Amino acid sequence: MKFKLILITLLFNFSLLNGTEKIIDQSTIYKNLRCLVCQGQSIADSNSDFAQTIKLVVKDLIKDGKKEDEIYSFMADKYGEWIVFKPQVNKQNLILWFLPYLALILGGIIIFLILKRRRNL
Amino acid sequence: MQKTIKIVISIIFLFVIGVFFIGLNKDTNYNTNSLIGKKIPNINLEYFDENKFYKGDDLKKNNYTLINFWASWCAPCRDEHPLLIQLSEEKNLKLLGVNFKDKKKQADKFLNDLGNPYDFLTKDDQGRNSVNFGIYGIPESILVNKDLIILKKFVGPLSVEDFNSIIEIIN
Repeated sequence: MKFKLILITLLFNFSLLNGTEKIIDQSTIYKNLRCLVCQGQSIADSNSDFAQTIKLVVKDLIKDGKKEDEIYSFMADKYGEWIVFKPQVNKQNLILWFLPYLALILGGIIIFLILKRRRNL
Repeated sequence: MQKTIKIVISIIFLFVIGVFFIGLNKDTNYNTNSLIGKKIPNINLEYFDENKFYKGDDLKKNNYTLINFWASWCAPCRDEHPLLIQLSEEKNLKLLGVNFKDKKKQADKFLNDLGNPYDFLTKDDQGRNSVNFGIYGIPESILVNKDLIILKKFVGPLSVEDFNSIIEIIN
């Protein structure tokens, strides 16, 4: 009985996971793509001709079964990383992604050393 | 110990200043340099007058092709048109016109009035295909070789300098 329950739960969770994978939120993608002909607007905010075309292409790519990351890669390939508001991690921006964490660790070490020194005094 | 902390803080300070200096001096305008050397994939452009498609294999038949995106409603397209007419006389270069989000009647009138420089004329009614070429406004032109590699991309109307650089590349 227990085994059956575990199996049903696993199957149910698996189907749920599969279901959520397939749902791609168009508006999230629009918000993460920059309108190249506008001033600081995303594709979602803009009604420009360029934004309308990009929306059409994003819809097509979703229909073709492309994932969110694949859509960003496609757009970055055509228009450069500038079109994506949140650039993907690559060799050029690696330092920018990890510098805050590095600074946090370094800061922590410095504070620890200062406190340790004060205690010793 | 204090000396080490001072050195670390100074390095961080200099690094932050350096990042700001480079970041603020960087040109944030859209730049097409990253496209040069890349291959154009999935070319599937519908002919202007026929229900056929111009594909990548057709492009491979030409030594050099200038893909020009234009429309009758685009004023700068009129400015560059005389240069396109001159380029159409070059033997080593074929001109592929892509009529962008236009009305057929007006596009025909545009070509009748100013002349038709294109060896092949196609259309992109909704602009979907243009995204494949990284187009964000017109006029734009892309010079490709027979391997479908982008040699140069021109954003905006072609200038005399652009014309000269095309001639230099194809010859």
